[in-house]
Amino acid sequence: MISADPTMLLAIALMALTTYIPRFLPLLVLSRRALHPLAESWLSYVPAAVLAALLGPALFVPEGQVHFSLADNPHFWAAIPCFIVALTTRNMFYTVLTGMGSISLLRLIF
Amino acid sequence: MARGLPIVLGYFPIGFAFGILAVNAGMNTLEVTLMSIFVFAGSAQLIAVGLIGSQAGLATIAVTTFLVNLRHLLMSAALAPYLGHLSRLQQGLFSFQLTDETFAVHSMDFKTEAAPPRARFFATNVLAHLAWILSSFTGAWAGSLLTDLKAWGFDYALPAMFIALLVLHIGEWRKAVVALLSISLSTVLYSVTEGHGYIIITTLVAATIGITLGKKKVDARRSPVNPGE
Repeated sequence: MISADPTMLLAIALMALTTYIPRFLPLLVLSRRALHPLAESWLSYVPAAVLAALLGPALFVPEGQVHFSLADNPHFWAAIPCFIVALTTRNMFYTVLTGMGSISLLRLIF
Repeated sequence: MARGLPIVLGYFPIGFAFGILAVNAGMNTLEVTLMSIFVFAGSAQLIAVGLIGSQAGLATIAVTTFLVNLRHLLMSAALAPYLGHLSRLQQGLFSFQLTDETFAVHSMDFKTEAAPPRARFFATNVLAHLAWILSSFTGAWAGSLLTDLKAWGFDYALPAMFIALLVLHIGEWRKAVVALLSISLSTVLYSVTEGHGYIIITTLVAATIGITLGKKKVDARRSPVNPGE
């Protein structure tokens, strides 16, 4: 019988809590009153800003390593077909498959 | 249902990759599945697996998860005006399944339609959650067989998903400018600072610069629940 380690269960519980609080708190506070237009405008930029913030290091500092030359960084080059596929198909699945295929191909070349 | 399908397909390689990585970091199939049921946060779970693999303490795991998930604070706030008609219980359930991906679908949906039926957006959430649980379970099961993630490009599933989500969110030039600023700033901050603070700092700075780029449709969405007014 497979069983879970108590420390791991505690880690999962802590992660569940620290994930849920930021997801629920704003909804609880902000859903019954209107936001200031400036705040609303600011919030409209957040998704693009946060996704780009996660993406930057993944493309330019992959696996924690700074690549001073783009030529030896397949993580950057694989992003180009991904962007093209994402822009033309607007489909997450095709984009992820393109990414996985491109990086595999580039690793054969580099 | 149809709106959730792209998420299901997008989650599969990422959940699968998470399962494989988690097993290779020392977690078992039950622990992987429980984490996907109760946490349901792709990037936080992937980052946590890295920490577990490097023997990090509970406090580090909890604080890092919180920082990585702080962006949902902003996403939840962005959707809040559209969800005032839900009961508290429904709001609680909705936020439990609020991820980058479900947010992308919902914000698009709420923008194009005044009041999408709640059955539809809950179906999207549940479908996405089930896909995440099933794909990470499958990955954990396969984890003992497949140890070289790079051979199949599974390590690139997450960046590719961020690209797809980003493209879906850039509808106009101001957002493209904000995204470019954000990519540059986060890369620099990530290189010169420790930890995950770069995510929240970059987001706050880039979004603030965004509002200085000029006004657009600010007044058109004063009453998002009923934009016909």
